[in-house]
Amino acid sequence: MAARLKLAGQAFALLTIASLLGLLVWKLAAGDASGVRGAVLRGDAPPAPAFTLPELRGDGEVALDSFRGKVVVVNFWASWCAPCRDEAPLLEAAWREHRDRGVVVLGVDARDLVADGRAFVREFGITYPNGYDGPGRISDAYGLTGFPETYFVDREGRVVHLVSGPLTEESIAEGIRKALG
Amino acid sequence: MRLLLALVAALALAAPAFASEARPTLAELEKELVCPTCKTTLDMSDSPQADRMRAFIRQRIAAGDSKSEIKAQLVAQFGEGVLASPPKRGFDLLAWVLPLAGLAAGAAAVGAVAWRWSRGRAAGAAGAPVAAGAAATGRLDVDPELARRLDEELARFDG
Repeated sequence: MAARLKLAGQAFALLTIASLLGLLVWKLAAGDASGVRGAVLRGDAPPAPAFTLPELRGDGEVALDSFRGKVVVVNFWASWCAPCRDEAPLLEAAWREHRDRGVVVLGVDARDLVADGRAFVREFGITYPNGYDGPGRISDAYGLTGFPETYFVDREGRVVHLVSGPLTEESIAEGIRKALG
Repeated sequence: MRLLLALVAALALAAPAFASEARPTLAELEKELVCPTCKTTLDMSDSPQADRMRAFIRQRIAAGDSKSEIKAQLVAQFGEGVLASPPKRGFDLLAWVLPLAGLAAGAAAVGAVAWRWSRGRAAGAAGAPVAAGAAATGRLDVDPELARRLDEELARFDG
């Protein structure tokens, strides 16, 4: 009886260790290749996860789906992120330049304080829509690895390009070109 | 008398608790809140996000908000992940219950093992009277040949 109990205990311990090891290997193997981010990096064009967020400035909501048929530049940012400050004027300029061609810049202020986000938008005179994602649910759904990160969504709602880190005039133009097709 | 002492002790402990709820300090809130991007408590982080959260807390303390009001405002913005200790309800209750359950299971296991050991020893002790009985009759339950030789040796000494 005691021997059988001991055997069961040992089997349980071994099983636990094996499953933890399996989890570790899976996590390491999946790593960067999971979610939308992983698919884009593999060269796929996955559908952009839909989202509806409260508008940062407090007027209603913004929904990604409401821009279907347009190219959407989904830019994840936060007011405390220094490179986000550098790219904000570039995004505003791109939005003003391309809006008539059916291109929308949609900011997502993630893991940020509302007041800080609003101050940021005021400071840079941002006129494109911004959603507020304080808990970071949407940025997690996209598989964000850091701030800023920008996803270029084509007219059919597929992510065709992404830029991790700060944008430049050239990288914005390249992303928009790809998304316009 | 003992009741009075307990009451005094409880009041002595309760007073700082009330004070910290009504007039929290930045230092204690830093220990109870997490910076969502770095996943450590604010007092362990000097990331830009933690700095902004500290600024927010300082501002709310200055405005006279209570500890739970400040926490609620941060939860409203960042979600419950901002709290260092999970709330005591729903699924998060497991984080509070499981360690206690584990402790209870461990204590029960130790108790069971100790009980079995002590029972084993009692069974061993129960076996002893047989030998004691044998000693009382003056004969040990041994090989007759060995007993005979032992008697011979002893007889030689006696002689």
